[in-house]
Amino acid sequence: MTATLEPAAQSTLDAAVTLSSVRKSFGHGANSVLALDGVDLRVAPGEFVCLLGASGCGKSTLLNLVAGLDAPTSGSIRLTTSRPAVMFQEAALMPWLTAARNVELPLRLAGLKRGARREKAGELLSLVRLAEAGHKRPHELSGGMRQRVALARALASTLGSAEEGTPGLLLMDEPFAALDAITRDVLQAELVRVWRETSTAILFVTHDVREAVRLAQRVVLLSSRPGRVVREWSTVDGDEPALINDITTRLREVISGHAAA
Amino acid sequence: MATPRLDNDLAAVGAGLDALDAPNQEQRPSLGRRFLRTAVPPLIAFALLLGVWQALWAAAFWPEYQLPSPSSVWAAVAEAIETGRALDVLWTSVHRAVLGFLTAVLIATPLGLLIAKVRVVRAAIGSLLSGLQSLPSVAWVPAGILWFGATPSTIYFVVLMGSVPSIANGLVAGVDQIPPLLPRVGQALGAGRLAAARHILLPAALPGYLAGLKQGWAFSWRSLMAAEIIATSPQLGEGLGQYLHNGSSLNDISMVIAAIFLILLVGVGIELLLFRPLERAVLRARGLTGAL
Repeated sequence: MTATLEPAAQSTLDAAVTLSSVRKSFGHGANSVLALDGVDLRVAPGEFVCLLGASGCGKSTLLNLVAGLDAPTSGSIRLTTSRPAVMFQEAALMPWLTAARNVELPLRLAGLKRGARREKAGELLSLVRLAEAGHKRPHELSGGMRQRVALARALASTLGSAEEGTPGLLLMDEPFAALDAITRDVLQAELVRVWRETSTAILFVTHDVREAVRLAQRVVLLSSRPGRVVREWSTVDGDEPALINDITTRLREVISGHAAA
Repeated sequence: MATPRLDNDLAAVGAGLDALDAPNQEQRPSLGRRFLRTAVPPLIAFALLLGVWQALWAAAFWPEYQLPSPSSVWAAVAEAIETGRALDVLWTSVHRAVLGFLTAVLIATPLGLLIAKVRVVRAAIGSLLSGLQSLPSVAWVPAGILWFGATPSTIYFVVLMGSVPSIANGLVAGVDQIPPLLPRVGQALGAGRLAAARHILLPAALPGYLAGLKQGWAFSWRSLMAAEIIATSPQLGEGLGQYLHNGSSLNDISMVIAAIFLILLVGVGIELLLFRPLERAVLRARGLTGAL
């Protein structure tokens, strides 16, 4: 008995998120669409994982499930972190609040006092190098700056609301897809820096192989319709161009498999 | 050694991008210039109107009891002001309108939120509420008199029937126009239903809500005038509507026009002093400067 229990307890302890055979279908009866079919995934605390896949692989569905915005049809999702934070493709800042107030919003919802909110928001804004822009409104910021405010806000919601020491989890749904190439490049580097400084676990969804290999420690390839885990790669000790080639080839195979069907 | 340098380079590129990409802020013109731009054109229009009026009166197309001269209307207004009657009349009407309007806001805000967020409620009374907007509130005066008599209750009833639908509909439109991503972000940030309404729904719907409030004020003011013109009794005191009614009974066209002038003055005054600045401040804060 103890022998079977212990590994399970162990695996929950050293994982930020554990998904086991998660299925998600939308609709009922003949019209139902299976979006995710038996996905098993584990993200360690402080780990940076990229989910890679073509459109229709249920990447966004998966993030919504982990974020608790939606419930799986079957299977289980276990979190050991504080409330996961979500970042979307659009910054989705509240247009009536200044940058600083936007960052304070999740802290306010968590019931923090004003002084503590101010201080925490100030720290997070300087973390994304926007300490000077706190008083500006979203329409006065560039696209890249807005996305950095959104990053600070997401960090506030996963780090600020928890007690000290609880690991954070950041869910990112193609957050840089709408930005121009130079800004994206800078933001990717910023994200890696912020990740190192905060030791938050990150689950990052993208369809860009280069982005995935550049950012993540581990790249997970999902198949499309329904989404299943096809393969995983570790990027920690690898030859980057070869890895990109390898993953791209595999991704192409997955996509062309749909032409026949 | 290499990493910090790279990091600094990156910071420099990032700072450069921030400086280049951040939208330029338009300078607000000076106070004098703004005054020239906003106050002078309506003043000129008003002066032209007075000129045409004076000319028509001088040409004597219509008899004096139909078209009074501007100066005789001015004399009627001046007399009402001097005797203090104007102040009494204005006070009676304006405080009724404001009280009625505030009550309407208190009723219409939860009602609008319910209609916007609860599907059954919307299906049940959503179209009724839009329909009520096209019903002239004068139509409620006879019913009001039968139910409440010629008392202030009738007046407030008519004002509420006029303004509640506008305010509630404005709020519903405001909520409907919220980008769907914002409530989702609120949910992801940990907002419950009440917190989401307070921190996301209401502020996001504010422009539509303000438009509804503005229209609601206009409707309460004109409903009030309609009620006051039709329902007259000693119990009600003399409001602007009664003043107009008296002018009509006395066949005093100068007094009638003076009353209309005062009614307009209040409507325009509240719009210019209260709603316009409020709307501007709200839209400007969101970067919606197109209409300003």
